[in-house]
Amino acid sequence: MFGKLTLEAVPFDEPIIMVTVAAIVLGGLGITGAITYFKKWGYLWREWITSIDHKKLGIMYFIVALVMLLRGFADAIMMRSQLAMASAGAEGFLPPSHYDQIFTAHGVIMIFFVAMPMVIGLMNLVVPLQIGARDVAFPFLNNLSFWLFAAGVVLVNVSLFVGEFAKTGWLAYAPLSGLDYSPGVGVDYWIWALQISGIGTTLTGINFFVTILKMRTKGMTLFRMPIFTWTSLCANILIIASFPILTATIALLTLDRYLGMHFFTTDLGGNMMMYVNLIWAWGHPEVYILILPAFGVFSEVIATFAKKRLFGYNTMVWATVAITFLSFIVWLHHFFTMGAGANVNAFFGIMTMIIAIPTGVKIFNWLFTMYRGRLEFTSPVLWTLGFIITFTIGGMTGVMLSVPAANFVLHNSLFVIAHFHNVIIGGVVFGMLAGLTYWFPKAFGFTLNEKWGKRSFWCWIIGFYVAFMPLYVLSFFGAVRRMQSYANPEWQPLMLVAWVGALIIAAGIACTVIQFYVSIRDRKLNLDVTGDPWDGRTLEWATSSPAPYYNFAHLPEVKGVDDFWTAKQANGGVPPLSEPPYQDIHMPKNTWEGPVMALFATIAGFALVWHIWWLVALGGLGVFATFIARVFNDDVDYYVPAAEVERIEREHRQSLKQKGDLAYSTRLGVQA
Amino acid sequence: MSRTPSLRKLGGLLLAVLPLLLAGCSSALLDPKGQIGEEQRTLILTAFGLMQIVVVPVIVMTLLFAWRYRRSNRDATYQPDWAHSNKIEAVVWLIPCVIIAFLAVLTWYTSHSLDPHKPIAADDGEEPMVIEAVSLDWKWLFIYPEQGIATVNELAFPEDTPVRFRVTSGSVMNSFFIPRLGSQIYAMAGMDNDVHLIADEQGTYPGRSTNYSGAGFSDMTFDAHVGSEEDFDAWVTKVRESSESLTFPEEYYELAAPSEDTEIQYFSEVSPSLYESIIKSFHAGGDHEERVSKYADSYAEGFGHGGGHHESTESHGKPMSAEAAE
Repeated sequence: MFGKLTLEAVPFDEPIIMVTVAAIVLGGLGITGAITYFKKWGYLWREWITSIDHKKLGIMYFIVALVMLLRGFADAIMMRSQLAMASAGAEGFLPPSHYDQIFTAHGVIMIFFVAMPMVIGLMNLVVPLQIGARDVAFPFLNNLSFWLFAAGVVLVNVSLFVGEFAKTGWLAYAPLSGLDYSPGVGVDYWIWALQISGIGTTLTGINFFVTILKMRTKGMTLFRMPIFTWTSLCANILIIASFPILTATIALLTLDRYLGMHFFTTDLGGNMMMYVNLIWAWGHPEVYILILPAFGVFSEVIATFAKKRLFGYNTMVWATVAITFLSFIVWLHHFFTMGAGANVNAFFGIMTMIIAIPTGVKIFNWLFTMYRGRLEFTSPVLWTLGFIITFTIGGMTGVMLSVPAANFVLHNSLFVIAHFHNVIIGGVVFGMLAGLTYWFPKAFGFTLNEKWGKRSFWCWIIGFYVAFMPLYVLSFFGAVRRMQSYANPEWQPLMLVAWVGALIIAAGIACTVIQFYVSIRDRKLNLDVTGDPWDGRTLEWATSSPAPYYNFAHLPEVKGVDDFWTAKQANGGVPPLSEPPYQDIHMPKNTWEGPVMALFATIAGFALVWHIWWLVALGGLGVFATFIARVFNDDVDYYVPAAEVERIEREHRQSLKQKGDLAYSTRLGVQA
Repeated sequence: MSRTPSLRKLGGLLLAVLPLLLAGCSSALLDPKGQIGEEQRTLILTAFGLMQIVVVPVIVMTLLFAWRYRRSNRDATYQPDWAHSNKIEAVVWLIPCVIIAFLAVLTWYTSHSLDPHKPIAADDGEEPMVIEAVSLDWKWLFIYPEQGIATVNELAFPEDTPVRFRVTSGSVMNSFFIPRLGSQIYAMAGMDNDVHLIADEQGTYPGRSTNYSGAGFSDMTFDAHVGSEEDFDAWVTKVRESSESLTFPEEYYELAAPSEDTEIQYFSEVSPSLYESIIKSFHAGGDHEERVSKYADSYAEGFGHGGGHHESTESHGKPMSAEAAE
């Protein structure tokens, strides 16, 4: 009846897990109770769960990402504590069976369920506004993408207390992830969590690719697009080209595990090297899917706060395009030590280091944007400066790794761990936190507390160096990744330093949590009445904050790069306001089909993990039936009456009249 | 204004890390004991040094520009519309291009000269010594075909002798690595990989698998003893005194069953072509049934948190540690 699922699947004897589960269950009950008590279920359903508003979806992506960041970081702290303890024969507090799940979960969660939703969330929030569109090209798909992603999140979290998670490392290398060597359900959770959320990501890629190409407002030629939109376009091209490889690779592994096939097994014709090649043919573009939008954020932040046009706009674009292209022909650098011939290794090594050229050029362009500017040290700028320095160091170690003959001694060591945290924390995390602070007022109508934002930055950057520089050093002594204990007591002092670094980063995360609390408490003091709190340059600042659901009363017309800035300059430094007459606005309707399809997909995924075949059929049928219902649903759009638009715009003008003058006068003082 | 102390703090921190890096001079990679490792050290330091040409100016410029062009500094030039300069563009493209061009040449050259498959030229033109390494769950089996002996988790060979390690796996993927000597190479089932190494100095050098392979991965370590020819001969004699033998397939599969933190073992007799037999066992199915059934026994508990979630720590490895118990 329940396939492989029995009560024994719940790890009652693991105190760490059971306490976590108890906390999650109590927290969940508390939230559910509160929603019921305050009668907010209807509101949640109408305004959020079924919403196709790209801004709300962006917010939801970010909320889930921040929650998952806490879980992924709890894993990190446990790993660092284990390694600080498990020296010279000491076992530490995590046996391998638990430790191995933790480092796998840490990688999977941080990449798929923290970094990806932050990047996609930011694209959702910002891209349609930057190109002057009312929504994305396929609003229903956008909702569905989010909920499929959420389905993956649910499956990963369920694995915590029903069964186990994979003990294979985040990429589940075959043959270790095959049925012979991983007979448990851990790898199956990995498979279905990634497969379901990966389909959501592919749909997002298609959606934003079409949105950017087809929905730009009048006059917004490709070479007038803001750089964040450009980097998003390139990231989405990478998604479209690379995620199908992931889907296919996981599908083949699924056939191995479920139907006894031999694509990646050690014998009967299976080829594990094919798995490693395929997974990195997706995996390398994936890191550029994450970092390119972060580059975009830094470009917007540095130009805005230096009050200066971005240096070398065209170069920035072409460098981004070059990176996009090159990211597809470097995957072999993840396994130079597999034994390929010298020519093959040299080719991929050289291709990899060539990426350093456009990346280096971008760095110089950010520097020359500051040059002869008027840089304001807001927290987004601090994140950007921290990024430039940290990412440059990470890029350097990346180039060192890309030299095959050097890689032969650095591969699989803590050098690799230090390197990719160097670029992912210094690049993606800093970028997303900068972007969060920068665009927060556009989503919520008030700015975040700067004091706590800056404290968070200092904790993160100091914590990063304290946590990861020791790992570079340890790699030179032969310390490798994924080890649960080590014999050499000389490594322990540096492991302890790294542990302290992780605690400092924890303080940084705590600062962010406090920052949210303080900012929401004091929101009346930090209201963004103008819709343009930073004196911005791009179109998202041309509408009010939070942006109305139709984004723009009149779709803007664009005559150049940074058109909003130019328009303000021509208008005495103040943005021109929308004027009547207004017209009816064509908008998509909310959808119940997205969340329901994802709910059935979650059920099917869980059933597939546990081989509960009748439930698989039920889940699959549910997905299909909902899909058919959507196909035959013609009631998907409506018109916002012009009177309603006029009412909303009039309110905005009035609040601006009351409070806006002050905001503008301080700004003009700065420019003088 | 309040940023200076913070920046200074950061600088102090970086300075504090520097001695740690210098302390690395006695580390495995910066103090190698063989020709391959020495060349790799030089390569790493060269690449590191070359990139300082870009890294140091970028860090200095970041701090300098940010400070010089801060909002409150009214003395600095402000050109809000200046966004292009052919001269600067040329320089920022050219410098990385030149450095990478240089590195690319170095990469091409060293990829060939340090190709793990390339034999190390011996002074007298002799063939290199051959040692066969097989990664098992979770231990290393070393076969000496010329001597007809085998060991678990212990290596020995004479100094100044080029050694060709043939590397394969009897299980999942691993990687064979002796940090003091240089290059690692993947161990993969059914495949015959190799890496050529040499030790210039006597000593005991730790080695290990670097590629995560499951529960017992952390203890997949071994020592490589490098001594004189006489030391090596004495070691071979010691191994030959063992009463254990390693025949294929029976005794081999017994050894191949998963075990953790495995002790050193000596085998005075081994099946001829044991290494080739292990590789062949994966081809065209080979001994699929046998291997899988052996594995299934070790994972007897079925699903759950791995080799022993339900019986917790004392049992992980219980069914697997026959050798370790001895």
